[in-house]
Amino acid sequence: MARAPQIKQEEACARLDATGVYYRELNQNVRELMASGCRDIVLDGVNGQRYIADGLMEAVKITINGVPGNDLGAFMDGPVLLVNDNAQDGVGNTMNSGKIVVKGHAGDVIGYGMRGGKIFVGGDVGFRVGIHMKSYREQVPVIVVGGRAGDFFGEYMAGGLMVLLGRGGADRPLVGDYLGTGMHGGTIYVHGEVAESQMGGEVRRFDLEDSDREFLRGILAEFSADLETDLADIEEDAFMKLRPFSHRPYGNMYCY
Amino acid sequence: MPGNMVTSEFLVDVDHQRCRRCKRCILNCGFGVFDFQSMTTADSSKCVACHRCVVFCPEEAITIRRNPLAFREHSSWDVDKRKAVWKQAQSPGMILTGMGNDLPWLNVFDHLLIDACQVTNPSIDPLREPMELRTFLGRKPDRVEVVPSDGGYRVQNPPENNIELDIPLIFSGMSYGSVSLNVHKALAIAAEKLGTVMNTGEGGLHQELYPYRDHIIVQCASGRFGVHSDYLNAGVAVEIKIGQGAKPGIGGHLPGEKIGREVSGTRMIPVGTDALSPAPHHDIYSIEDLRQLIYALKEATGYKPISVKIATVHNVAAIASGIARAGADIIYLDGFRGGTGASPAVIRDHVGIPVEIAVAVVDAQLRSEGIRNWVSIIAAGGVRSSADVAKAIALGADAVGVGTAALIAMGCRLCQKCYTGNCSWGIATQKPELVGRLDPDWAAERLVNLVNSWSLELKEVLGALGVNAIESLRGNRERLRSLGLDAATTEIIDVKPAGR
Repeated sequence: MARAPQIKQEEACARLDATGVYYRELNQNVRELMASGCRDIVLDGVNGQRYIADGLMEAVKITINGVPGNDLGAFMDGPVLLVNDNAQDGVGNTMNSGKIVVKGHAGDVIGYGMRGGKIFVGGDVGFRVGIHMKSYREQVPVIVVGGRAGDFFGEYMAGGLMVLLGRGGADRPLVGDYLGTGMHGGTIYVHGEVAESQMGGEVRRFDLEDSDREFLRGILAEFSADLETDLADIEEDAFMKLRPFSHRPYGNMYCY
Repeated sequence: MPGNMVTSEFLVDVDHQRCRRCKRCILNCGFGVFDFQSMTTADSSKCVACHRCVVFCPEEAITIRRNPLAFREHSSWDVDKRKAVWKQAQSPGMILTGMGNDLPWLNVFDHLLIDACQVTNPSIDPLREPMELRTFLGRKPDRVEVVPSDGGYRVQNPPENNIELDIPLIFSGMSYGSVSLNVHKALAIAAEKLGTVMNTGEGGLHQELYPYRDHIIVQCASGRFGVHSDYLNAGVAVEIKIGQGAKPGIGGHLPGEKIGREVSGTRMIPVGTDALSPAPHHDIYSIEDLRQLIYALKEATGYKPISVKIATVHNVAAIASGIARAGADIIYLDGFRGGTGASPAVIRDHVGIPVEIAVAVVDAQLRSEGIRNWVSIIAAGGVRSSADVAKAIALGADAVGVGTAALIAMGCRLCQKCYTGNCSWGIATQKPELVGRLDPDWAAERLVNLVNSWSLELKEVLGALGVNAIESLRGNRERLRSLGLDAATTEIIDVKPAGR
């Protein structure tokens, strides 16, 4: 997270029109701009190009106008990506640090194996979000979802923090089934009520403590600022806090 | 009621006349077999027959025997099956084991014979003539374009992004965590000396091994342990591990006891947490998803070759075709005899198919589709000797992967207790007092010796075959004959029976 600069509204040093540009060329262009010292890039007309910003290891801000394709920011380590639209599957796959802000909805498998940095999604997310997130020393990955989520939210979670606000889309359940299945680290905060039957067998509900409230206030203020949204409807006391009851859920599966 | 119905597998005898009470056995046994009151005593129930005490006893005073306790013979209920029932009736869990499948399944390697030249075409003496073992891993062009150059010819389109190896053998993925850091160091040192590569397994790469980057393949598995941009770029290729021969279709659970400070730092997870690898990659549910990860890794590494490792399962040929079409450069086939640090015995012993059959059908499938040149095939999981290497290559492999043989070279006795973390030889353990027993330089020298002697043997085999390059043996089933294999298997691997 140390490498992630705050998003600032300044004049970008380069704009690229991605209309009809193949992803390989687009990513090459971005890397060349970065090599020339540019640290604020705007991509216009993005339409499904995959792998944008994959594996980038430097602090750079990339604003994406249009819908980026799968694996946006995979393995990335430091950049800030701002998507002024929806995003597809695999956002922030195995990312190490940096920040991805998606104004609209995002697809399945967001933040898989993520180890650090932040992903903010204004709208809904699909299935398998935050699977196997893990934290390490000062690296604590955070996913905040403004809308609703599908099945397997936080499955196999080993560390980090996930916040689900559940705003809008009242015809959809707040979250799907198997919430936190196999979870053995980290914390999930859900704004609203989730039935026990929707949760994995490895999670328990805990009371909010002062440190939780402090974290929520800070992260929600940041989310609100980045997504330019007012969170007056979010009540701190309405959050459910879910944690695993063991760091070793499968310790008794074997006999010798 | 009796606490433990499972009788000892081995009996440990100490010859008290020879024993000079030096207590080396007590210090050396990782499993706590020995004790000393007024003389050395042994608790046979703890013995795993790893022979550490036997090797280090200066008086040869220790004997380990299989427990001769008689059981009423029963051809269906052999003793191991009865013992398994006792264990599981005592503790309601899966039976865990280590290393590779130890059941007496048919071994196809042992039913294949290699050809040699006699009279009509001369064999070659490798002592007098050069023998080429050099191997390139990665995609090859669809056709070779040559242009005249300096009175000869020059290849216009040489393969791009290939890994050059001096020998058709690499060290298989064994994670730091399942094995000790000294094992990783030994493999890296040996790989550099031998002109080949070692594979990190899925536990990340310790900082001390980054200098060996030209001889390392880094692995990206479902748990994504220790996977970050520096790591992905720390080797010559990235391997996506889908499956492992010893445990096809299941994930891995490295127990928290093995996650000490150094392993924690390399895997990038907190000390003492279980390292749980999900059974599938949750971003890969289809060939299209695999393609997505392959290209995400290529984008993140400047287009390094990508290997995809799978366990050999029933439909391996069709799966391999999908992997080749997904953009992989190398397909690593891990047979059902492949080793592991820990696997439920039911999976290790009963799931998958032999790599000998898998490599033959994958090679044939890719050739029939005209895409064999898109990928290199590595055959692993059951390669025990240079003869196996030659046979695997003749069945269609570009190279072989070796894990168990490498560990045996370092002292492993195949006691199959890797999952306990008590390895007396300092191999499959993270206990500092045990890890320190394996000197990486000593182990590396043994690995180099082993592989060099296999190379000499391979050259002899090539010479006998009358060819001077391993390339001439690749997929050359005409130089193999089967003996004692059933007709269906012989047809499936496309080898003629001996005499035909």
